Amino acid sequence: MAIEIKAPTYPESVQEGTLATWHKQAGDTVSRDELIVDIETDKVVLEVVAPASGVLAEVLKAEGDIVLSNEILARIEEGTVVAASPAASKAEPDTDVGGVMVNPAAKKLADERNIDLSEITGTGKGGRITKEDVVNYSPAAPSAPAAAKSVSADTDTTMPVGERVERRVAMTRMRSRISERLMSVTQSTAMLTTFNEVDMSAMMGLRKQYQDEFTKMHNGTRLGFMGMFVKAAVEALKRFPLVNASIDGTDIVYHGYQDIGVAVSTDRGLVVPVLRNAENMSIAKVENEISSYAGKARDGKLTIEEMSGGTFTITNGGVYGSLLSTPILNPPQSAILGMHKIQQRPMAVDGQVVIRPMMYLALSYDHRLIDGKDAVQFLVAIKQLIEDPAKILLEI
Amino acid sequence: MSEKYDVVVIGSGPAGYVAAIRSAQLGLKTACIEKWKDAKGKGVNGGTCLNVGCIPSKALLDSSYKYHEAAEELAVHGISTKGVTIDIPAMLARKNKIINQLTGGISGLFKANGVTALYGTGRLLAGKKVELTDNDGAVSVIEASNIILASGSVPIAIPVAPVDNDIIVDSTGALEISEVPKRLGVIGAGVIGLELGSVWGRLGSKVVLLEALDDFLAVMDKAVAKESKKIFTKQGLDIRLGARVTGTEVKGKEVEVTYQTADGGELTETFDKLIVCVGRRAFTEGLLAADSGVEVDERGSIFVNDFCATNVPGIFAVGDLVRGPMLAHKGSEEGVMVAERIAGHKAQMNYDIVPNVIYTHPEVASVGQTEEQVKASGESYNVGVFPFAASGRAMAANDTDGMVKIIAHKDTDRILGCHIVGPSAADLTQQVAIAMEFGSSAEDLGMTVFGHPTLSEAVHEAALAVNGSAIHIANRKRR
Repeated sequence: MAIEIKAPTYPESVQEGTLATWHKQAGDTVSRDELIVDIETDKVVLEVVAPASGVLAEVLKAEGDIVLSNEILARIEEGTVVAASPAASKAEPDTDVGGVMVNPAAKKLADERNIDLSEITGTGKGGRITKEDVVNYSPAAPSAPAAAKSVSADTDTTMPVGERVERRVAMTRMRSRISERLMSVTQSTAMLTTFNEVDMSAMMGLRKQYQDEFTKMHNGTRLGFMGMFVKAAVEALKRFPLVNASIDGTDIVYHGYQDIGVAVSTDRGLVVPVLRNAENMSIAKVENEISSYAGKARDGKLTIEEMSGGTFTITNGGVYGSLLSTPILNPPQSAILGMHKIQQRPMAVDGQVVIRPMMYLALSYDHRLIDGKDAVQFLVAIKQLIEDPAKILLEI
Repeated sequence: MSEKYDVVVIGSGPAGYVAAIRSAQLGLKTACIEKWKDAKGKGVNGGTCLNVGCIPSKALLDSSYKYHEAAEELAVHGISTKGVTIDIPAMLARKNKIINQLTGGISGLFKANGVTALYGTGRLLAGKKVELTDNDGAVSVIEASNIILASGSVPIAIPVAPVDNDIIVDSTGALEISEVPKRLGVIGAGVIGLELGSVWGRLGSKVVLLEALDDFLAVMDKAVAKESKKIFTKQGLDIRLGARVTGTEVKGKEVEVTYQTADGGELTETFDKLIVCVGRRAFTEGLLAADSGVEVDERGSIFVNDFCATNVPGIFAVGDLVRGPMLAHKGSEEGVMVAERIAGHKAQMNYDIVPNVIYTHPEVASVGQTEEQVKASGESYNVGVFPFAASGRAMAANDTDGMVKIIAHKDTDRILGCHIVGPSAADLTQQVAIAMEFGSSAEDLGMTVFGHPTLSEAVHEAALAVNGSAIHIANRKRR
């Protein structure tokens, strides 16, 4: 009895995916819940497992094919897993990989180099895999984005020294999508950035003083800066609802909630998981969520729901050493706050020169919606809340 | 009276008749116009190829080779032959019989496929109409949704050696020479010159080929061209390079040819017959009305895109009439591509894998890039060569001149070109052409089992030699 393996139901915002990697070939035995295939969408890699045990009978989609929501990918012939049946039940050399022909020398080379032929896209007639395809294949090529693979896309940048070589690598779907979105933001918004600086000493003092108690009280969650920044942002957004709004056609949509996106950098690119209803979250909860998101992002396990929406974003280039930058908007949001490196600088305080831990803040905003005055005042509000955290508590 | 067709083809040479047959197979109402007439004034299909080109020349090449073999090459087998003679009229008659068989065959194929065969001169008018002037002079206009121009090519005439079809002939005349000329001059040592020179040389002519270029077979792979020249010179063909003919003077039954040599000197030579074969040009005389709208390029060929479409929608041109090598099979495949595209298929042609052959003995054939072209492209490559002198089958056949040369990309091992001079070069090259179509690497050919003992094995060994693993010759020290 044949069972269909289908692509999962995609969330509304996702139109289509690309079949990234087959982990099993036609003819392989599979067990229930065993990982069969990865599908890459704009934001995440979806894993598809076998719904039942049996033999993978028909493979209908090849790597690189477009896969729609719920599309049938393959069929399993149900049956008990036959233990240790020889994989090559064919009499002649196994030159077929999931229905794709493989030239003899290509198979030989792939065997010698331990390359999984199912990961190669054939460029020969009718999609045949040629020796050239195997020679040109490197596991660092972005066609295998599953986080389980240890090699990441950018580590293989070793080029022979002294030669003017070039390496051409197709963009991953994610990178293409990021590229498209950023271009469209640049072209469709009137983005400007306003700057300010914040004296972090109060916040750092708070952290130092209460870190141990906080950690003990909140089950090991550490008090970082993000928790307080998110709280400050929420408070400022309440006072400047325009910064929390977005443009939809000719309408301005004011959101009655604050979903704060927190940018996390991963090997595959920047992802922005969202803290929903951050206005209702305690600082501990915020810290927890951020920490859990960061872990998931690194493992490539963020869901699409977790990354959708958001009314405002906070990004922190400071962890990489950035002193000042102009963050780019995360559409359809109208503003984004950029945090930077904390640097001890001499400041003039009450006529004296003192050394303070300073951080530059940047607020990029869409001028179509937010005027300079509002943007500046919003950023000033954030600065004041950070410099005097009591204000957050007292909502002043 | 205006008949309307889906496709009208002007010209029924290998490009035209194939396009017509394919169109009809795809269900299109097709007509094919041909202006060629036989001696009796009857319309004859097949164009240059069948009537005065590929086919008759091959017939004469084979007849003359058999004569040569019988007269000169059988002693080594222990066979003694004396007084071998050849009846030239009989040889020509056999050639003509083959021509008739094939041209008749085309009419038969037209009937079988439902192609309307029209005889007369076709001229493209504006608005996708063709004016047909039939062999009785009656004029009619045919309408078509699509028109394929396939009027082919004609020999290039040079003013210094005007063809009189008596002493000075072109390739067409060379196929009708009625007695073996004692001294034969050939202007142009290209494919046609070598083939025709071979025919009459085998039959007893003393042949001199005058080639204006300094390089022999300049467009071929240099190593193979060099080897070929050695072989042909050994056969008795006197090939003079850098020889530019500046004048000819017919004196009675002979012609005096004056030519400049590479070092600037001037020489004269007298021949009993002179063949002018310096190339061919697209034949567009009377083909296009002034307002047809079709553009002709600076060389007189019809300008087309990669799919043989002219600048006028619905008008196509194929074969010798357009860019690319003037080869019958190239024209035929273009004819197929155009017919299929008209029918809505996404046909296209692979111009990178078109074999070409010189039907001398030994044959010279090639497909893909020459070593010089690969070098110029900057790609690094490996070469594998296998001489027929090391082939058991060639030895048994007493036919050991020549070699197989295969060029492959250094890193990917993809076969980039194959060049062969030797017995059955055409058929052996075709094997490699097929492999190249499938993206074959030299190793793939090396991994294929070849029958033994065959001439094909030379291909196998050359492929192995690319990567230093040939068995039947010492591999060049490389790694």
